[in-house]
Amino acid sequence: MSILVGSDTRVVFQGITGESGSLHARACLAYGTKIVAGVTPGKGGQKFEEKVPIFDTVEQAVKNEGAEVSCIFVPPAGAADAILEAADAGCRFVVCITDGVPVLDMVRVRRFLEGRKTKLLGPNCPGIITPDECKIGIMPGHIHKKGHVGVLSKSGTLTYEAVGQLSALGIGQSTCIGIGGDPVGGLDFIDCLQMFNDDPETHGVVLIGEIGGSAEQRAAEWIKAHMKKPVIAFIAGRAAPPGKRMGHAGAIIAGGKGTAAEKMAAFEAAGVRVAATPGEMGVTMKAAMSA
Amino acid sequence: MKIHEYQGKEILRRYGVPVPKGEAAFRAEEVSPIAERLIAETGIPVVVVKAQIHAGGRGKGGGVKVAKGGAVEARALADKILGMQLVTKQTGPEGQRVRRLYIEQGLDIARELYLALLVDREQRRIAIIGSTEGGMDIEQVAHDTPEKILTMHVDPAIGFAHYQARKLGFALGLGPSMKGPLGQFVKVLETLYRCFVTEDCSLLEINPLVVTKSGEVVALDAKVTFDDNAAWRHPEWPAMHDPYEEDPVEIEAKRAGLSYVSLDGDIGCLVNGAGLAMATMDIIMHYGGRPANFLDVGGGASQEQVKTAFQMILQSGHVRGIFVNIFGGIMRCDVVAGGIVAAAKELTLKVPLVVRLDGTNVELGRKILDESGLLIQSASSMADGAQKICAAVKSAKA
Repeated sequence: MSILVGSDTRVVFQGITGESGSLHARACLAYGTKIVAGVTPGKGGQKFEEKVPIFDTVEQAVKNEGAEVSCIFVPPAGAADAILEAADAGCRFVVCITDGVPVLDMVRVRRFLEGRKTKLLGPNCPGIITPDECKIGIMPGHIHKKGHVGVLSKSGTLTYEAVGQLSALGIGQSTCIGIGGDPVGGLDFIDCLQMFNDDPETHGVVLIGEIGGSAEQRAAEWIKAHMKKPVIAFIAGRAAPPGKRMGHAGAIIAGGKGTAAEKMAAFEAAGVRVAATPGEMGVTMKAAMSA
Repeated sequence: MKIHEYQGKEILRRYGVPVPKGEAAFRAEEVSPIAERLIAETGIPVVVVKAQIHAGGRGKGGGVKVAKGGAVEARALADKILGMQLVTKQTGPEGQRVRRLYIEQGLDIARELYLALLVDREQRRIAIIGSTEGGMDIEQVAHDTPEKILTMHVDPAIGFAHYQARKLGFALGLGPSMKGPLGQFVKVLETLYRCFVTEDCSLLEINPLVVTKSGEVVALDAKVTFDDNAAWRHPEWPAMHDPYEEDPVEIEAKRAGLSYVSLDGDIGCLVNGAGLAMATMDIIMHYGGRPANFLDVGGGASQEQVKTAFQMILQSGHVRGIFVNIFGGIMRCDVVAGGIVAAAKELTLKVPLVVRLDGTNVELGRKILDESGLLIQSASSMADGAQKICAAVKSAKA
């Protein structure tokens, strides 16, 4: 099996009747994801696409349909609350796609999750996909190919770029995860690397980081100490000037810290091959796998 | 979103944090009456004239001056500072034009401390940072004498605990009695925490927090940054926004739902997704070009937004070529292609255009471009596109 999600995963969509929630729920259903329930408070009893039952609460979705993983498309004002609800209902994994969740809301959410079994992915992330089995998120399913490379990234479209390159080279993916670029979120690089390391179906990992913070440096240290599989990396933002926010709230170089050069050096010191350009992520992985 | 010192102090004053008396001035003529008023009210003959720009390091750059000669000197200093291009460590070499001043009472300072509240990404909590080295460049202090930086984290379920403030106060040498500066410090810190949370700050920095010779604890500076993601629950924020502190093109972009940052190169970029947009700048640099901007049209841009994006790129004047790099997920390549064609025709594009499309509806998108009759170089990959635009711009220059 891949990590976190597979063909048996039973998914509930929170915010399934909203504009983007319904759009992506349809795409995920078409991909083959087992969406067993939807949640929109006040619309309990209705059906989505004439087949997926809608409930007022996540708890009902868990009780009645055995939902275990939640995907959240709730607007920013209610997103943190939706995560709390999913965790409280016992979902083992929550994927929050919503962009624009206030950082202090996420600080409270993380505190709430302490000591609970619920894992959180996001917010402000493209989601997770195990090719041919389960897609939970907004990524284009058709570019993926089943295989043995894990893809791990802070960015959405840059992940598609990496996946596109891998698939074109005939390299399939075990699971692809976009952890999102917000300053405070759920699963980080190390959490995911750990799972990929323990997954027999994953033979190597592509890690895509970006400027700002020090998550990449810590990941590099962890790889050096624990990783048994080849990892290649790319860091976006070499050309970014300091002090400017580049789209993601996290992507800002403060006081000369968190530069691309610093992160690349950390990876190289950990034995991780670093792709010189974003156009070479696929070939770098190919070289690392055959080395 | 950043705000000015005087706006930050207004907020602190509302919360009950002691700040010096002061008033903002937008014209030099306003300065003398303000200074006279401050001197009369406080009985202190000294006022400070402070440039209001969003960048730090104003003092070293010559933007903060002390007037010991009363209102006349304050006015003279204001004439010098108002309208100057203030260059600091954070503004870049071109500096920032001073359009507002803050006139403040002088204080007899005994000690200068450093205090900041911020969101610690690694700990996923609010961190409170204190140091005895107030008034200095704190990054330098952290680098040279890290032992002088004290950090504590707040449990969001409990809130900021009294003992934490006390502990920090003792460590900063404010003891022994709670009746003296220590007691005031504890109250100030607890108030600042409440302000940070209620106002959705991402940074609240007081550098320096001073202890006056009479033992009062006062916030002498205030640097406040709000979390943009929380704007929807703060209708009061737009009134504090100073458009002069931002690139007008960036403001226009925000209005159109785009994310744009001006850079100093000559290759315009139009990309979907922040990560891919950064990576596109990187690959242009790699092949010897210089990006003119960062532009993320977002996940599901409309034809209209693509057109606006083109207009913005062209507005910057020095653009000699445009590279469109789209990996469609939610974003459909045919929609992007339609936007490109409409924009190129309407804006009579005169610079080379390279387009790389991949992902959802890519065939349809390429067909629209091919049949448009426009001179568009199509690229098979990101690297191919970057090489093509760099070559095109180079040959146009030669």
